[in-house]
Amino acid sequence: MAGTGLLFALFVLAHMYGNLKLLVSEQAYNTYAEHLRTFGVPMLPNSGLLWILRAVLIVALIVHVYAAVTLWARASGARSVRYAVKKAVAQSASSKTMRWGGVFILVFLVWHLLEFTIVKIDVSGKGATGNNPYRLVVDSFQTPWLTLIYVLAMLALYMHLAHGVFSAQQTLGWTSSARTYRQAQIIGHVVAGIVVLGFLIPPLAILVGLVK
Amino acid sequence: MNLTLKIWRQAGPDAKGELVTYQVQDISPDMSFLEMLDVLNERLNDEGREPIAFDSDCREGICGMCGLMISGEAHGPEKATTCQLHMRTFTDGDVITVEPWRADPFPVVRDLVVDRGAFDRIIQAGGFISVNTGAAPEAHSSLVPMEHAMRAFQAAECIGCGACVAACPNASAMLFLGAKVTHLGELPQGQPERWGRVVAMLNQHDLEGFGGCQNLGECSYACPKGIPQDVISTLNHDLRKAMAKGR
Amino acid sequence: MTDLIDGLYSLGDPIQDTKAPAGPIDKKWTQRKFEAKLVNPTNRRKLTVIIVGTGLAGASAGATLGEAGYRVKSFCFQDSPRRAHSIAAQGGINAAKNYKEDGDSTYRLFYDTVKGGDYRARETNVYRLAEVSASIIDQCVAQGVPFAREYGGLLDNRSFGGVQVSRTFYARGQTGQQLLIGAYQALERQIAAGTVEMFSRHEMLELVVVDGKARGIIARDLVTGEIQTHYADAVVLASGGYGNVFYLSTNAMGSNVTATWRAHRKGAYFGNPCYTQIHPTCIPVAGEHQSKLTLMSESLRNDGRIWVPKKVEDCEKNPNDIPEEDRDYYLERIYPAFGNLVPRDIASRQAKNVCDEGRGVGPVVGDKRRGVYLDFSEAFGRIGKEAVAAKYDNLFEMYKRITGDDPYEVPMRIYPAVHYTMGGLWVDYDLQSTIPGLFVTGEANFSDHGANRLGASALMQGLADGYFVLPNTIRDYLAAGPFPDIDESTPEVRQARQQVADRVHHFLTVQGTRSVDSYHKELGHIMWEHCGMERTAEGLRTGIDKIRELRADFWRNVRVLGENEQLNQSLEKAGRVADFLELGELICIDALHRRESCGGHFRAESQTEDGEALRHDDEYAYVAAWEFTGTGAEGQIGAPVLHKEDLVYEFIELKQRSYK
Repeated sequence: MAGTGLLFALFVLAHMYGNLKLLVSEQAYNTYAEHLRTFGVPMLPNSGLLWILRAVLIVALIVHVYAAVTLWARASGARSVRYAVKKAVAQSASSKTMRWGGVFILVFLVWHLLEFTIVKIDVSGKGATGNNPYRLVVDSFQTPWLTLIYVLAMLALYMHLAHGVFSAQQTLGWTSSARTYRQAQIIGHVVAGIVVLGFLIPPLAILVGLVK
Repeated sequence: MNLTLKIWRQAGPDAKGELVTYQVQDISPDMSFLEMLDVLNERLNDEGREPIAFDSDCREGICGMCGLMISGEAHGPEKATTCQLHMRTFTDGDVITVEPWRADPFPVVRDLVVDRGAFDRIIQAGGFISVNTGAAPEAHSSLVPMEHAMRAFQAAECIGCGACVAACPNASAMLFLGAKVTHLGELPQGQPERWGRVVAMLNQHDLEGFGGCQNLGECSYACPKGIPQDVISTLNHDLRKAMAKGR
Repeated sequence: MTDLIDGLYSLGDPIQDTKAPAGPIDKKWTQRKFEAKLVNPTNRRKLTVIIVGTGLAGASAGATLGEAGYRVKSFCFQDSPRRAHSIAAQGGINAAKNYKEDGDSTYRLFYDTVKGGDYRARETNVYRLAEVSASIIDQCVAQGVPFAREYGGLLDNRSFGGVQVSRTFYARGQTGQQLLIGAYQALERQIAAGTVEMFSRHEMLELVVVDGKARGIIARDLVTGEIQTHYADAVVLASGGYGNVFYLSTNAMGSNVTATWRAHRKGAYFGNPCYTQIHPTCIPVAGEHQSKLTLMSESLRNDGRIWVPKKVEDCEKNPNDIPEEDRDYYLERIYPAFGNLVPRDIASRQAKNVCDEGRGVGPVVGDKRRGVYLDFSEAFGRIGKEAVAAKYDNLFEMYKRITGDDPYEVPMRIYPAVHYTMGGLWVDYDLQSTIPGLFVTGEANFSDHGANRLGASALMQGLADGYFVLPNTIRDYLAAGPFPDIDESTPEVRQARQQVADRVHHFLTVQGTRSVDSYHKELGHIMWEHCGMERTAEGLRTGIDKIRELRADFWRNVRVLGENEQLNQSLEKAGRVADFLELGELICIDALHRRESCGGHFRAESQTEDGEALRHDDEYAYVAAWEFTGTGAEGQIGAPVLHKEDLVYEFIELKQRSYK
């Protein structure tokens, strides 16, 4: 759970970095998209590295979800008679929503991949295609309801990352003192904050017309 | 003050239980929660109804025998054991739900009494330092730096009451486990068995059927001794090291 | 020699210890360990030892005998051996390590213990206790007990409970807990190894004596109600003290005398039952509902100053408004040399005296205010609040939680409460009772503390007995085993089982009107009133009459609901209170016959001109070992027979104790 989680955290950081190219120029963004495919060529075939990364991420996703489901199932098995009254007094909003928030992110992920990677859905109806990633993205986010979905997803991602990044450090045994424990909690929020802010800037910039 | 109590009654391990409502009157704020139950039990006995079974022994917050889920909080709203919870915490007219610890590895024996033998078995798996009586070296032959001594002591404060399990949404006993692993692992005497200990105790923990840890923090919050979450990190750290060593 | 004295008791033959070897006191234990027969390691697995109780004395003995290879069966009434009430000891454990180089030695610890016990302990046992004390610390440290340490990593020591050397090892205010967890873990290790079989939630209800030897116990499984017979080659009682005879005490709710009392009924003599220790630093009673009293470590007396207002009319005032000159620091005034650190019995009685004078503070309980101030404001000024907090913060917090008052703002209120019982089953140097094969360790025996126990010595004795003494002496007895097989057809076994079954049946069928707790409370009230901190012949006689009346009523009129075949806490309590009701009478008889004041036993008739305890060494320098008489019918006891063990002081000179 922790290992794959941290892998995802690194991935979204990189992903976010790429997204920010959108703010530079259309060319910069499209070149970046192209570079992702030609990286490592000719040692690797075209899109080779991308597929390696995708494979790693898919495996990590399966492991992450499997571990989550196992943990969930164990928890239900460990308390078959529930409390009539039970308060959650110590959990943060973030830690409370790990499971359902995770499910939401998974559903969002499917949509996100369909939209931008697999099918490349033309949400705006302006005829954008995968040949110009920049246009696809910009046209899409000029559609307010889509941006709203993304904002909600990023909120969920913030919650998931804030607890997840902290929890991963705890699970890896890096927080064996009061000080490192507090630090880990802060790191969780900082990483989540950077990622989510970085992800939200381009779509919001598009929505308000700063990027066209 | 007058209170309404909804208390879990269950005749035996296999019987079906239910919440039964009782009214108590003229409760003094200086009473402990258990003394309030004593008063109720005296009345039930007078009325020819069987008293409510609940565990308690030292009634000074150290033996770990008492433990009730009080309106959804392990040991109630104060950071103390149930016996140290005083009625001044409540207000006249409150409705209080009282349930036993709920976790499958802690089966209900009767009413509010549960069997916490799983904790003993976890200790049996490795929660000790193997030194036969008489085989000990002179006490001053090994020095313990202050920070290690302090942390070992803090972890050793665990009283094995089970509030951590009761409060954990996953019914995990990682705080109990982490406390023992940290207590012994911080001391020079605990080093020789350190890596084997963590693996054996964790295996027993899982075998007993406790849930896994999500680092939610409910356990530390409920812990009457304030055992911090970072002992779970030490548990994880030691486990990682142990696995690296092929344990 | 069976003249009835007053009809209350009669005098029997003297008794004495025959196991301590002759010779210099510092060679006796070595000599005894050498003389005691050995048991071949292969034979040990054929020998079963039952241990009742899992406190320091029981858990340590169980672990050690298990390690040695005996088959151990360990019993406790709690849900886990880790709950035993040793866990609640706060202050510390003494050991003659002399790490502070302040003049301590085995001999000084021996001397202090005998003196502290007001010269009513057996020299040989006490010397051995002091002798093995250092090994206890080694053992506990090796087990991982997190004792307090200094910055250099060495163990820290403090001065404690009326002694002038620093020999007390401690783990903040939780020394008992840490030591017990150490012993518990050692015990669990043996359970895992298969040498110890653990029976938690089991209560011993009868001792099985066959051919004059202790051969097993009858126990009730508290969950299922099953009455079980457990056989053994020797039985060890490590079942703690009987302070709960007073109902309100610092003992745990479940602490009881049943194990030792049933053994007493089967022939084990009861030593010095009237020696009960009243602890001076407890949180005062708040009201009728009170179920127990909470002790605060007397280490508080190291920095706190005890006082009451000089004027009765100031007693209702906020203590912070009472000026310095209107405060009476009565212990510092009366005992300038020891001040607030005088022994427990003196501190307790003086608190009672000032409250009797009407100068007590806090709520009125009964007719008077029962409390005195324990004030840290001087220490706050001297070493700072932070330094005080570092030492006592957990105690301050506990006090605040219970009373609602903050000791950092308002002085604490304290009052004495029953804490420890020095009396217990009589044992010889081998810790064997008058029933062969029945050994008694820890607080359950009478042996080491005389008439008064020094602070931080209970933990020392429990662990000394369990780790180092009993495992060495019991082998001398076990070497003759295994003893012939017995089973449920053996008449003595059958009879013991029947007795337990009958008793349970009686409680469940008597269907009276009063709860067990109401009897227990009333008994406690009688004991505190008539056999408490200050005892008189007249009061004791009244007490005896009242106890007899109450006991008769109990057997006719108690109400225990439910069945045997379930967890039935009223039924458990009924058995315990039944035995307290018999013990209470014996305590009063013992207190009545001992017309002297010594240690925890203060007879108003025997005091010096300035109100100090006055011993009569010419008449009473003996252990009173009481033999049970009577038909054995429940609730009925005959006049006990007194057997005297003369206390011979070869190495220490008897002195009238003075702390002035």
